Amino acid sequence: MSIKKIHDNQPKEFKFSDENLKKIEKILKRYPEKNKKSAVMPLLYLAQRQNDNWIPLAAMKHIAKYLAMPYISVYEVATFYTMYNLAPVGKHFIQVCTTTPCLLRGADKIVKLCKENISPNENEISKKGNCSWMEVECLGACVSAPMVQVNDDYYEDLDEKSTKEILISLINDKPLKPGSYRGRKNTSPEKISISNGEKHA
Amino acid sequence: MLKKENRIFKNLYNEFGWDIENSIKRDDWKNTKDLISKGREWIINEVKTSELRGRGGAGFSTGLKWSFAPKEVGSRPHYLVINADESEPGTCKDRDILRFEPQKLIEGCLIAGYTVNAHVCYIYIRGEYLNEGKRLQEAINQAYAKNFLGKNACGSGWDFDIHIHYGAGAYICGEETALLESIEGNKGQPRLKPPFPALVGLYGCPTIVNNVETVAVVPTILRRGGKWFASIGRPKNTGTKIFCISGNVNAPCNVEEEMGIPLKDLIEKHAGGVVGGWDNLQAVIPGGSSMPLLPKKVCDTLTMDFDSLIENKSGLGTAGIVVINKNQDIVECMARIARFYKHESCGQCTPCREGSGWMWRILDRVVKRKATFSDIDLLSDVTKQIEGHTICAFGEGSAWPVQGLLRHFRKEVESRCREEPLIKKKLNNPYLVDQHLLENKNA
Repeated sequence: MSIKKIHDNQPKEFKFSDENLKKIEKILKRYPEKNKKSAVMPLLYLAQRQNDNWIPLAAMKHIAKYLAMPYISVYEVATFYTMYNLAPVGKHFIQVCTTTPCLLRGADKIVKLCKENISPNENEISKKGNCSWMEVECLGACVSAPMVQVNDDYYEDLDEKSTKEILISLINDKPLKPGSYRGRKNTSPEKISISNGEKHA
Repeated sequence: MLKKENRIFKNLYNEFGWDIENSIKRDDWKNTKDLISKGREWIINEVKTSELRGRGGAGFSTGLKWSFAPKEVGSRPHYLVINADESEPGTCKDRDILRFEPQKLIEGCLIAGYTVNAHVCYIYIRGEYLNEGKRLQEAINQAYAKNFLGKNACGSGWDFDIHIHYGAGAYICGEETALLESIEGNKGQPRLKPPFPALVGLYGCPTIVNNVETVAVVPTILRRGGKWFASIGRPKNTGTKIFCISGNVNAPCNVEEEMGIPLKDLIEKHAGGVVGGWDNLQAVIPGGSSMPLLPKKVCDTLTMDFDSLIENKSGLGTAGIVVINKNQDIVECMARIARFYKHESCGQCTPCREGSGWMWRILDRVVKRKATFSDIDLLSDVTKQIEGHTICAFGEGSAWPVQGLLRHFRKEVESRCREEPLIKKKLNNPYLVDQHLLENKNA
C-alpha cells in the first residue's frame, strides 16, 4: 500500500469543462444504467487531466455528487490507485521504473541522473518549475529496460547518455520523441549486443 | 524450435502493419461467421482438444473455464472480461498484442463472448498503457466500421460490444476478482472465492475473465483445429507462448516459441545469450517475479512449460523470464522484488499486508549487512505465515520468491549475516517502504 498525501493548498471549486461533460456522457453509456459508480475511475482521470495532472478534493466531491455516490468512496478510490496524483506534479512528470528487470539493466543510474538534473528528491518540482520525477514499480516494458514514462509516453532502451539528453530536453520544454533509444524495432531481438556500462548489462 | 508457419502472432514486432486491412491479409476475421455458426459446444470442445491453458499465470484449462458459464442466460446478463492489466515484473507480452495484433484479440473476444453468452465485453487495460489503449480503441472502431462488432456482429446474429476500462496503477487488479471490483468502481481488493466469477462476477452476474493472450490465440486454434495446436509442445502443455526475456541478456526481446522449449535454447538462440556467457549465469526467474527463482544448475536442463517448472518447485506463470548474471547481487534483486510486493499489497489480509513489509525489511537488512542469523529463520517463518493465509494468490506470489532465494541461495544470504551483537544498537531502518514520502512535504 502506498502512502498518499493530500496537497495542502486545495482549490475551493472544481467543475468539469463542457468538453469533458460531453466525454462523460459517452463514458456513462459504457456501463449499465444502475452501475454508474463504475465511471468513477474514468472521471477521476478526466478531472486529473483538466486540473494540470492532479486531483483536488473539490474534484472528488464534484464526482461524488455527479455519480450519486458517497464522497468517501471516491476518496477511497483516488487514494488506492497510484496513478491518481493528489498533489501537483511537474508539467513533464517523469516516472522511472526501478523494479528488478529494470534495476538489472541500470535503473539506479537513471534515478541518479534524475536526482542530479531535476530535483534531489522525488516528487519535488524542479528549479525551472516544469519537471518532477518519482520512482515507480514495474511499468510493463521489461524487455526494453531500463525505461522511463514521461506523462503518457514510454522512453525505452535507455542508457546514461540518452537519459541525460531526454531529461535536458524536458527541462528546456522541447521533449524528444518517445520510443526505443537504441533504434530497434519494438521488442524484436537485436543482432548486436549492447551494454549499458560495466556492472549493468 | 517453432516453425515459421506455426506462429500465431505474425506481427509481434509490427513488421506488417497493425491496422485492420493488414490484419485481414494475415487471415484475421477469415470465416469467423462459419466458426461461430458451428455452435458453442463445438467451440468449447475444440478449445478443450487443443488443451489450451490460460496464459495469465495460473494455467487453468480455458475450455473448462468457459464450460463453467451457465448454459442458459437467466435473469442476469453474462459478461466477458479481458484481463490486460499486465503488471507482473518481467512480463510485457500483452502490450505487444494490444499494440500490434489488436484484431486477433477483438476477434477472440467475439468468439469467446458468443461461447459464454455474453453481449458485453470489458477490456481492463492497466492505466500506464494509455497509448496501447488508444491503439486498441482505434482497432475496435475499425472493427465496428466493418460491422465485425455491434449489432449482428460479423453476420453471426450475435450482438456484441467491447468497452475499454483503464486501471490506475494497481498490480493487484490483475487478480480477477480485484479486477471486477475495480470495474465496479471500488478499491481493487480481491473477493473471497467461492462464489467464482463464472457464477457471481461483475455486477453479480456470471462473468468469464480471460487473459489477453489466451483469447487472442483462440481464433487461430479454431481455424487450424484444436489438434494442430495440441501437436505443438508436449501433452497438457501445448501450443505456442510468447516469452519475454529480460535482464542480463545481450538482446532482450519478446519471442513466440513452442511450449517446452529448453530455457538454454531460448536464451542463447533468441536473446543473444547471457551477458558474459552461459557460465556467467547466476539465476533465472522463469515466470514473472512471483515465481521462485532457479539457480544455474537447474537452468542447464530446464524446459519451459507448466508441469516441468512445477516439478522444479517453480512455475511458468506469465513466462516473463528474468535473467540474472553473476555480476549482480542476488539478494539485492530479491529485496527489490520484496519491496515491490510491499508496495503493491492491497492491505486487505493482515498476513500479506504486514508480512510483505517484514520480508522487505529483513531482506533490506541482509543487503546492508545488518542482519543476524536468527533473521534468516524469521524470514523463512514469515513466508510460511503468509503463504496460504490470504484471500488471493498475492500472498503466495510475494512469499514464493523469498522462499526460492532461501532454498537456492541460503549460503549467499548467510554470508551477509552476523551473530547477534552483544550490545544492541538501535538501527535506523525505515519502517515503511514509503517513509521517504511521509518525510517529504510535497509528497
